[in-house]
Parts: sequence; C-alpha cells; structure tokens
Amino acid sequence: MNADTVIEAQGLTKSYGRKVAVDHISFTVGRGEIFGLLGPNGAGKTTTILMLLGLTDISDGEVNVLGFNPAREPLSVKRRIGYLPDTVGFYDQLTAADNLRYTARLIGFRSVDREKRIAEALDRAGLGEFADHRVGTFSRGMRQRLGLAEILMKGAQIAILDEPTSGLDPHATAELLGIIRHFKAEGVSVLLSSHLLERVQSVCDRVALFSAGRIALIGTVSELGREVLGAGYVVDIEADGAGLPDRLALIPGVSRIEQTGIGKLRLHAERDVRPEAAAEVVALHGRLKYLGVQEPSLEAIYTHYFEKKPDETLKEGARHAA
Amino acid sequence: MRREGSAFNGLGVVMLKELADHLTSIRFIILEFIVMLIAVGTVYVASQDIKQNVAEDPFLFLRFFSGSGQQQLLSFITWLTLLVPLMAIGLGFDSVNSEHNRHTLSRILSQPIYRDALLFGKFLGALMTLAIALVVLWLFVIGLGLLFIGIPPGGEEVARAFVFLLVTIAYAGVWLALALLFSVLFRSTATAALVTLGLWLFFSFVWPTLSGVVAVIFFPPDPRYTALGLETPGTVVLQQFLARLSPSTLFGEVVVALLDPTTRALGPIYLSQLQGAVLGAPLPLGASVLIAWPQIVGLLATTILLFVIGYVVFQRQEVRA
Repeated sequence: MNADTVIEAQGLTKSYGRKVAVDHISFTVGRGEIFGLLGPNGAGKTTTILMLLGLTDISDGEVNVLGFNPAREPLSVKRRIGYLPDTVGFYDQLTAADNLRYTARLIGFRSVDREKRIAEALDRAGLGEFADHRVGTFSRGMRQRLGLAEILMKGAQIAILDEPTSGLDPHATAELLGIIRHFKAEGVSVLLSSHLLERVQSVCDRVALFSAGRIALIGTVSELGREVLGAGYVVDIEADGAGLPDRLALIPGVSRIEQTGIGKLRLHAERDVRPEAAAEVVALHGRLKYLGVQEPSLEAIYTHYFEKKPDETLKEGARHAA
Repeated sequence: MRREGSAFNGLGVVMLKELADHLTSIRFIILEFIVMLIAVGTVYVASQDIKQNVAEDPFLFLRFFSGSGQQQLLSFITWLTLLVPLMAIGLGFDSVNSEHNRHTLSRILSQPIYRDALLFGKFLGALMTLAIALVVLWLFVIGLGLLFIGIPPGGEEVARAFVFLLVTIAYAGVWLALALLFSVLFRSTATAALVTLGLWLFFSFVWPTLSGVVAVIFFPPDPRYTALGLETPGTVVLQQFLARLSPSTLFGEVVVALLDPTTRALGPIYLSQLQGAVLGAPLPLGASVLIAWPQIVGLLATTILLFVIGYVVFQRQEVRA
C-alpha cells in the first residue's frame, strides 16, 4: 500500500445468500482526498461503507484501511475512522455535550483531554452555544453538525459520511460542506456518499459511480465527463483580433469552432487547449477578455450514464471493475 | 483467527450510561414507587398479624417477607413475584431495538468497541438498576418491620433474608434476559414488550395450572391410588417437572425453602424421608439452601441461556436499519 493511500479495496464483495449487494469493487482513497460514492439507492454504497468499518462481514476480496484489515482489526480501524451514518441519531434526552462525552468515554479519552476536545469540536461545528441543550430540541442540520463534531472530537484520519446533505436546507448544506472542506485542509480523507450531485461535484476530488453493486465509473468529474458524454473539452474564449478563428482552428486537437456571440468563440477539442488559445490571441496582439474550460456537470454524466441500456451499463461496469 | 483487543472494551462505560439512564427514567421511578407502596401495605398487614401471634414463631422477621397463613394473598413476596418481572421487562424490552429506532446503533458501534460490550453492558446496567432497587426495597422492609414491631431480627433471619434478596435479583435476571432477547429479535419496541409480557403472563399464571392438565394426559392417575384418595406418584412427578419449566415456579419454591425454615423438601415427601425427623423443627440455613439449590441453579442457568441466545442473534444481525 502506497504511503499516501488510506483506503485500498480490491475485489470487495458482499453477498446475502445468492443476492450480491456489492460485486467485486476496487478503489483507493488518498490522504487528504475527498472521494464521492454516487449511485441510486440500493447500489451498495452503504454496504461498502459498513465493510470498510468492519461493521458487516466481507464475503470476498481484500480491504485495507490505514494499514489495518477491518475484518480482523476492527478496533484499530474504528479508532481512526469517524463515521456519520445516514440519518444519524443521538440520545434525545441528553445534551449535545453529554452525547459526545459518552462517545469520548467509549473511545477511551482521559477526562481532562475529553472536555477540551468536546468544547473544541462543538465550537468548530458551530454548536458551541448549544453544548448544554438537549439534542431532542435540535434540527436535522444541527444533528448532522453534531455528528461531524463527533468526528472532529475523535481526531479521525478518515471521515466517512453517508448521505450527509440529504434532507438539509441549502444554508445548512453549505455549512456542512464548509466543515467537510476543513477536513481536507487538515489532511483528513473524506469518503462521502450523496444524491445531491451538484453539491458533491463542488467538493469531491474524485468520484465513483455505483450501479447494481459495481463501480461503473471512477475518476475525476472531468474525466468521467469525457468518458460518458464523449464531449472532450469545451473551451470558451472571448477576445478580439483579426482572423482569430482561423488561427485557433489550426491548433492541434481542435475539432470544431463555433461563434457564440460577438467576439465569443467556443472551441471543441480533445484536450485542454487553453494555453495554445491564449498564445494565439497574444500573438495577434488581441485583447483576451475571457478564457475558460467548461467542466462537465456530474448531473449530466449521471443521467446520461444511467439512461443507457442496462446490458450496456453492465458491460461498462465489468470493464471498469476489472 | 483471534480478534484484536478485548471484548470488554467500553463495557463499563455502556453499563454506567445504562444505569444512569434507568435510574432517571420516569418508567423506573413509577415502578419503584409502586413497589414501595406495596411494601408499606404488606409489611403493615404482616405486622398486625405478628402482633397477635407473637410468642409462637422463632423466625418472626421472615414473616414480613412471606406473610402469615391467613394473609397469604397480601404477602410481600406474592406481590414481589408479580412486580419483579414487570420491572425487569420494563427495563429490558427496548434496550437494543430502541437504539435501532433512534439510529444510534451504527454510530455507537463505529466507536472502537465490540458488540459484546454493548449488549453485556446493557444487561449489566439494567441488572444493577434492579439490584439497587431491590436492595433499597429490602432495607426498607426491614426498617419498616423494626418500626412496626420493635424487635430486631436475629442473625439467622438476616442471613435468610439476604439469600432471599440474592435469589430475587437472579429471578429479575431471568426476565431481564428474556426482555433483552426479544429487544434483539423484534425491531418494534411494542411487539417486544407485548411478547415478553405475554410470556410472563403465561409462565406465571397459565403454566402452573396447565402443567397439571398436561401431566394427567401423559400419565393418567392410577385408580388404585385414586381409590385411596392419594395422588399417583408418577403424575405428581411429571406435573412438578413441567411446572418447574417456569421461572416463577422455581422462584416460588426457593422462596418457600428460604423463608420457611421448616421446609424439608420441595415436592412429594416419602415416608422414609420423614424417619427420625422432628416435625416442625427448623433446618439450618445451609440445609435450606441445599434443598433449593437445583432451583437456584435453574434460575441462573435460564438467565445465561437466554442471554447467550440474544447475544448470538445480535452478533449476526445487520447494523443498518
């Protein structure tokens, strides 16, 4: 296992009797990386997460979390991973701080250390003033934040978040994503599953698309975009300069140019041609007003991918799982 | 391959949390209040009775627990036999399934502990709650007894009452383990509560009667015994065997042996056993415990068996809701 790899799964499989919930999936998550698990309900995302935590048996395959095998050394794994389950629950009759105190005792933190960690974590999750409020009075967003506070308190090296943003209003979602970015800034790896594709796109470094227990696609959002949408790169440029379109068309890799407005051009290319395009404008002594590459939307990739014929999806899945 | 670390990691933490939760729960406070009221009532009735027959009994103090002849229905143990299971079921029926329903289970199990610690901690926490409640009740009854009649109990009486206390805690353990088992088996707390209460009703009230009926079916009475007005030994033995499958019967027999020192056998007595015996003479405590020993072991074994079944099922259960 590479020193910068925190999770490595090889042919991970979970079957219930004859039904296969997770079918030979392989992926790696690097240190400080935000990795997204995407896919429809029942695609095997939560089962995969539970196998990583050692909370459910692994039917076949190898998994290595921070150098430990979750099936054999669950305590070492669980000491280093923070987990925010789908619809996280707390003891409603206890206060936020008491809930965290219970977890801290289970982890085994000493009492002095414990209080400091709890106060710090609650502050960072924006719940400092609610420390002594009973969790029964908390909104869903606050509960999710308390779940993140628990992970912060634990000082986890990996945070696994199952549907962290489902059922939250836009404001609460934004706050939550802010905390998730903080994890990354501190070198904590984040594995998250979500349905809110647009939001996932904004935080994830890499994503894995799940389909019927397999990872159909894996990679950065722009890689997936090219693979699924087949669009290549779309570069928008706004500049003036005589004969610019003709010069741009000569750049190797550019397949097509279209005029989208006065002085606005759109280049379709098989690679990122922004440096060459900028050089051309400069060479013509033109003024460059805008130069940008369109990121493919995860939503478009997702919809396009799952609209394909089922057998085609399966074939793709087999190819990528291999 | 051995698993890493100890299965008891976090056991104490879970146990103390459960204990704190139970001791502050309204459910427990109400049940404890009812039991206290009953203790006052029954001890008062017993003391009235004792005052009338004061000279006769060397084990006066045990009467507060067992009640006297005429007032058997109003005795403390009659009520205790009813209420201890109720308290145990009240503490245990929602211990595991409520964690599922509150979505706390996967979060707690993602901490560095094994499931063993959670289940065992829950059992011990509830058992300790019951033990505290019963010790308080026991001291309360003894205190009331002192107040009402003003005669201090002898060493033998205290020893017997103490063994009785321990057995009562074991009896509570049986029903607690049963409630815990159903809280693992059923995801709905209402189902778990109703099934456990149903079994309690069955074993406490229906089975003792039913065992007689079943015994007669499988071992019809011999007309030779019937003609003499005697019970057929085979039928009695079978009836007793069946009745003893119920923890209530076992507890009842232990209580009789402990609180009535003149008890020489639990079940049919043969004439040979009575040879040389001074009828009505009390046995020493050791001998009384020995008489009830199989029943005591039966109660402990049932507790362990029920807990182990619940443990195995819980270990194999999926965490996700």
